[in-house]
Amino acid sequence: MVTLTVNGAQHELDVEPDMPLLWALRDVLNLTGTKYGCGIAACGACTVLVDGQAVRSCSIAAADLAGSSIVTIEGLKTGEALHKLQAAWIEAQAPQCGYCQSGQIMAAAALLAEIPRPSDADIDAAMTNICRCGSYEEIRAAIHIAAASA
Amino acid sequence: MAFKPSRRFVILSGLAATGALVVGYALSPFSTLDRARRLTAREGDLMPAAWLKIAADNRVTVYVPHGDMGQGTPTALAMMAAEELDADWALVSAETAPADLAFANGALAKGFLAGDMSIPRWLDGSADFVGRKAAEFMSLQVTGGSTAVRFTGVIGMRGAGAAAKAMLIRAAAESWGVAEADIVARESRLSHAASGRSASYGEMAARAASLAVPDDAPLKAKAAYTISGTSRQRFDIPGKVDGSTRYGIDMRLPGMLFAAALNCPVAGGTLKSVDEAPALALRGVKKVVTTADAVVVVADNTWRAQRALEALAPVWDEGANAALSSASIEAGMNAALDKGDFDADFAEGDPEKAIAGAARTVAASYSVPFLAHAAMEPMNAAVSVHDGMVEIWSGVQDGLGCRAVAAKLAGVSMDEVTVHQLPMGGGFGRRAFNPMMAMTPRHIEQAIAASRATGAPVLVTWSREEDMRQDYYREASIARLKAGLTAEGRIAGWVHDFAERHDPPEATAIHYDVADRTARYVSGTNPMPWGPWRSVDHTVHGFTIESFIDELAAAAGADPLAFRLAHLGNAPRHKAVLERVAGMAGWGTNEPGRAKGIAMREAFGTIVAQVAEVSVGDDGRARVHRMWSAADPGEVVNPATFKAQITGGAIYGLTAALHGGITVEKGRVVEGNFDAYDMVRLGDAPRHEVEIVESGARLGGAGEPGTAPVAAAVANAIFALTGQRIRSLPLRQFDLKTGAQIARA
Repeated sequence: MVTLTVNGAQHELDVEPDMPLLWALRDVLNLTGTKYGCGIAACGACTVLVDGQAVRSCSIAAADLAGSSIVTIEGLKTGEALHKLQAAWIEAQAPQCGYCQSGQIMAAAALLAEIPRPSDADIDAAMTNICRCGSYEEIRAAIHIAAASA
Repeated sequence: MAFKPSRRFVILSGLAATGALVVGYALSPFSTLDRARRLTAREGDLMPAAWLKIAADNRVTVYVPHGDMGQGTPTALAMMAAEELDADWALVSAETAPADLAFANGALAKGFLAGDMSIPRWLDGSADFVGRKAAEFMSLQVTGGSTAVRFTGVIGMRGAGAAAKAMLIRAAAESWGVAEADIVARESRLSHAASGRSASYGEMAARAASLAVPDDAPLKAKAAYTISGTSRQRFDIPGKVDGSTRYGIDMRLPGMLFAAALNCPVAGGTLKSVDEAPALALRGVKKVVTTADAVVVVADNTWRAQRALEALAPVWDEGANAALSSASIEAGMNAALDKGDFDADFAEGDPEKAIAGAARTVAASYSVPFLAHAAMEPMNAAVSVHDGMVEIWSGVQDGLGCRAVAAKLAGVSMDEVTVHQLPMGGGFGRRAFNPMMAMTPRHIEQAIAASRATGAPVLVTWSREEDMRQDYYREASIARLKAGLTAEGRIAGWVHDFAERHDPPEATAIHYDVADRTARYVSGTNPMPWGPWRSVDHTVHGFTIESFIDELAAAAGADPLAFRLAHLGNAPRHKAVLERVAGMAGWGTNEPGRAKGIAMREAFGTIVAQVAEVSVGDDGRARVHRMWSAADPGEVVNPATFKAQITGGAIYGLTAALHGGITVEKGRVVEGNFDAYDMVRLGDAPRHEVEIVESGARLGGAGEPGTAPVAAAVANAIFALTGQRIRSLPLRQFDLKTGAQIARA
């Protein structure tokens, strides 16, 4: 059994020791906001927070995360209140197809936790997830909006 | 429902059970359009194409017959209907229409193409705006060809909104015993100043529904617009920032199983045999299912299915394409071009004679590789076969067309198939399944087989590697261009020969002044599976034509902008966007170590001129720092989303120009994931300014036109900076410091 703490709730999962966190989230816990994109940690669509750090969940085993705190896109809200990044994403109208945006927002959350007021260069360095729709300028704008809000 | 099929092209309305007024748009089936008719249910059926509902509680719902793949189409269409309705925007929402003939849209555009319908009065004179747009994109509920706003919106939504408003006004006039002309309709309220009476649209909806539908309700003048032309927040975005939007890959059904698939690695090959035992021995595996060309493992979660699939060693009959390679494909194209058995897109005057008589001749050959779509959401479909019915949940660009294709794949009638059209994690042409396309939705075929074999609903998810290696690709192409230049530096004669032609036919059009011109092609030189790729053939010809124009300018000793402007005497809209973008970019000035390139294409009714600012790094790679676009779509509905489509389309084209190349060896696609098929990322994305030129011309597309000119703008900037002329893509094959070719595309 694998014990996972996801969005504050503890789960016991009867899965193999090498099952990636991504599939434990999506197919076992039914948290489908975290997306499958490449399976080799190259695109970032599956990004979640593990103890506050951005992690590509397709390439880390769920079994290695016992004792860690995992936050997915579903856990970013406080009650019904949007996280400031989510509100900024709406204000900047960042998503197009939207498929990569869960991962983008989680990567941005890790960035703001480390650097509350990131420069463009900080954003360039931290935000390496692929957006095939090309919403990069809107993502950049949204991060600045979120950073500027209290 | 009171259908009123008095014309071949009618608005209809009815009273829903809940007291709502419903207004739609209808066409009778077209006798002359065989392909449309093939999918028309019964003689005499109506095909309402766009629907608008005003409920008793005053809420307005617009039913959108297109898939959402990120362009903001549902919002833009609702804006167009709400504008003519004079609705309170806060009361308006959009829903995806069912994949049903009652919501087909393709006939709208097809009717215009064929000239086979009477045109409503408010569209008189506009029938030519679809021009020679190929019929392939016009079918059914297609989302492609940048057609949603242009056709469904212009023809359907505006007409439905205007008709509904006229009916509401008439209902109020009758109810109050006053003249229609004295009633004002504004923000979902009807009011009569003299008597002080007023009512919400919802309060008049039931009465309006009993009235005859006007087919000549006046459309508003553009100057009176209050919604269309203003930036509005998209309806779909809140669900895309909290993980709640469910794409096809997120579909979950009671008792659902999860599957992974391995397709024959060689296009056209088939499955000979597979020993199922190694997979069946693994935990969670329920079944191994085979189709003619694939092995599908069904398990209790996707990862177990993927892992079990890796344990199998299928034996393939690789078929006729087992020796196919990029080199053999290139040789085949060159041989066909050498042979010269051409068909022509256009042939005017005597180009060869004009070139022979010119002061000098310029000739160049260009090549572009195959490209994968690489939508972020890999191909997937959930299917439940139950009670003789095939129920499908998937993100598709053409729900109704997909229903027809799926029925054929399943061997059942269309009536036995239901398609639930889900939001798409990118489409770009890859998800446009309909009977006119050669693309087969094999993931759907596999899910049908898996559900039949297990008796359970099954979600088939392709790995990224399957998605990339089993794509329907943008064609590889070779172009040979030749033109004459007079002593005064004017183009005399234009010959554009190329290999592989798909769509649209106007993609080779040039708008520059040259009387003697031809574009000729050979096609079908290789068996690689083809599919429409964002802006389709414009991506090929945008690069070759606009690079070659730049070569002509250089040969004439002219500035690339000035040369183009001097040859646009008959194209004032094109000239205007070039002048606008040159002003935006500060054309003629460069920062140290950087240079600018310019290019322009008209695609899907929108003209886009782009400038790219480029430097070359110590690694020999091009870096695009800034871009500027001026775009003339005639008019714009939602400016913020239009601009996002231009910048996003440019990123799509920039990824192709810098990195994109699918190669074939031993019949197999080499690249399988983003490590080998890289993408532009945020840190590489240029700052991109977009300005909209509203010329008032017929409304053009948004999703695709921004992609077409990018590669040429970048390549022309590299020439300006380094003197190296780029005649082959992608750029990653060149070391721009040394000029060496460092990798085969």
